[in-house]
Amino acid sequence: MSVLVYVEQVDGKFKKSVFEAVSYAKAIADSQSTNLTAISIGNVAEGDLKELGKYGASKVLNVANDQLKTFVNQAYASVIAEAAKKENADLVVLSNSFSGKGLAPRIAVKLKAGLVDGAVEIPTTEAGFSVKKTAFSGKAFAVTTLTSANKVIALNPNAFGVKENVVDASIESFSPEVKSTDLTAIVKEIVRATDKVSLPDAELVVSAGRGLKGPENWGMIEELADLLGAATACSKPVSDADWRPHSEHVGQTGIAISPNLYIAIGISGAIQHLAGVSSSKVIVVINKDPEAPFFKVADYGIVGDAFEVVPKIIAALKAHKG
Amino acid sequence: MKILVCISNVPDTTTKITFTNDNTQFNTAGVQFIVNPYDEIALSRAIELCEGGKGTVTVINVGESATEPTIRKALAIGADDAVRVNGTPRDAYFTAFQIAEYAKANEFDIILCGRESIDYNGSQVAAMIGEFLDIPSISIIKKLDYDGTTATIEREIEGGKEVVTVTGKFVASCAEGTAEPKIPNMRGIMSARTKPLTVVEAVAVDELAKVTKFETPAPRGTVKLINADTAEELIGLLHSEAKVI
Ligand SMILES: Cc1cc2nc3c(=O)[nH]c(=O)nc-3n(C[C@H](O)[C@H](O)[C@H](O)COP(=O)(O)OP(=O)(O)OC[C@H]3O[C@@H](n4cnc5c(N)ncnc54)[C@H](O)[C@@H]3O)c2cc1C
Ligand SMILES: Nc1ncnc2c1ncn2[C@@H]1O[C@H](COP(=O)(O)O)[C@@H](O)[C@H]1O
Repeated sequence: MSVLVYVEQVDGKFKKSVFEAVSYAKAIADSQSTNLTAISIGNVAEGDLKELGKYGASKVLNVANDQLKTFVNQAYASVIAEAAKKENADLVVLSNSFSGKGLAPRIAVKLKAGLVDGAVEIPTTEAGFSVKKTAFSGKAFAVTTLTSANKVIALNPNAFGVKENVVDASIESFSPEVKSTDLTAIVKEIVRATDKVSLPDAELVVSAGRGLKGPENWGMIEELADLLGAATACSKPVSDADWRPHSEHVGQTGIAISPNLYIAIGISGAIQHLAGVSSSKVIVVINKDPEAPFFKVADYGIVGDAFEVVPKIIAALKAHKG
Repeated sequence: MKILVCISNVPDTTTKITFTNDNTQFNTAGVQFIVNPYDEIALSRAIELCEGGKGTVTVINVGESATEPTIRKALAIGADDAVRVNGTPRDAYFTAFQIAEYAKANEFDIILCGRESIDYNGSQVAAMIGEFLDIPSISIIKKLDYDGTTATIEREIEGGKEVVTVTGKFVASCAEGTAEPKIPNMRGIMSARTKPLTVVEAVAVDELAKVTKFETPAPRGTVKLINADTAEELIGLLHSEAKVI
């Protein structure tokens, strides 16, 4: 028995969420006194594959196949399931990213494995193999017990953290056969803003709501986010009004995030908004209404006009950074 | 063209989430159930694609008879007919298996789901259906065009989007942007009562996962207020006290 972790590459590179998934998988492998193997699909340089050893992967299966350069979940799921069989792995771990969400269920069906998505903690085994995950859009957690022999876990970004655990990673090339019927969905175009921090992975997030009055006032929000190296987010009415793109909308019907710091500016804190952000580690609320419900879940609060408060914070941040 | 839209029955978004039986069961007392908001988006796009007699939309729910008001709501929004697979949806594997079985017997061109159900937030059912049927599945889409044979789809990726084309049958899970949710009108509500709702029995499937306990997040401490006139103090606190910057 062993643990297999899928390491998702983006343009040939691994992101922090991958190192986090490897760290998490290593912790489980250690608790079961077994080995951790990683599987990478696409063209990743040897040096980058080797780096996975830093977080505990003692073997890396490298699938360098031109047909699989871009993500097609059907084909990727087949390759990962094949790797699991070859490695005799009864647990597959991956990151609960956009691609991971499309991939994990297919792997689970192929291996007839129980699946926990959105995991936030290491499994416990006292009363069955159980994993804690977010549920009800962050309003609660559900401890899910997997009763199947094979298991798949998709880990939420920022839930476990990156932990070093240096081993020497051996790299082995792996070339399973790819069925043409697994390649019928064709990726035509990928558009990615590379200069911005992506919201689901972000450790720091600056978010604003209807209190900002209009899209023309987002300059200070972006400036604050840039200075912090944070991603920007918004409330639902803001994206509904097209002040900001839908991809920035957080909450029950948007993206659920759990960054280290969430700064909410001119957002009232409606239950549907809180659902997606309340698991943030530190919450700062800036609102001119002292009665705004958001203050009830905040760690730091400033009652005041965003148009006066935010410039002060920007100036202080500039001074702080020297 | 025939489109199948998968509908889950979930607690209203304003619900205060509580549990009973030593935190092993979701407390449904006084809870209002609705069509999962993302499924409303999927349904609305399906209806748009079929407008002008171009096709029909069937909605399917795996659930007990208590979910029928939610199914009727989907019919009121504009689905042509509905199916309820009579069973208790335990894990996504069970639910997806039932829907796949129905789709095998009843030939659909497109199957649409929501990106996730807002109760268990699984994001699992759509891709599992794709795997059971061995057809492509595209998760978390925000745009869907279809010319009768080929679909052009935009899916969300970290920091951007990916454009994918699929020819032939496929499953997709819809997020915001795919369509504006349609609101039922009076005519829709009236006609929903008489539209066909077929009940079929669930097929037995092994259980692979089950929720054994719920937890609610630990309450936060009280807020530390900073005077607006000295708002700059926030940066020092975030740096030396909270240690997040
Ligand atoms: C089915 C459903 C799903 C939903 N899903 C989501 C979701 O996923 N995410 C989401 O965000 N919402 C969601 N909502 C909407 C939610 O109920 C709220 O309406 C929404 O979050 C309010 O957004 P807001 O706080 O930006 O705006 P408002 O409620 O209008 O609040 C604006 C705030 O700004 C403050 N303000 C005004 N001027 C200033 C100023 N100059 N300086 C500082 N503060 C100022 C005000 O005091 C107020 O608190 C959903 C609603 C429904 C029904
Ligand atoms: N019991 C169900 N019956 C029909 N469709 C469902 C059911 N549960 C989930 N779905 C569909 O699958 C999507 C994703 O659900 P989930 O995988 O539970 O997050 C939902 O948005 C629905 O479209």
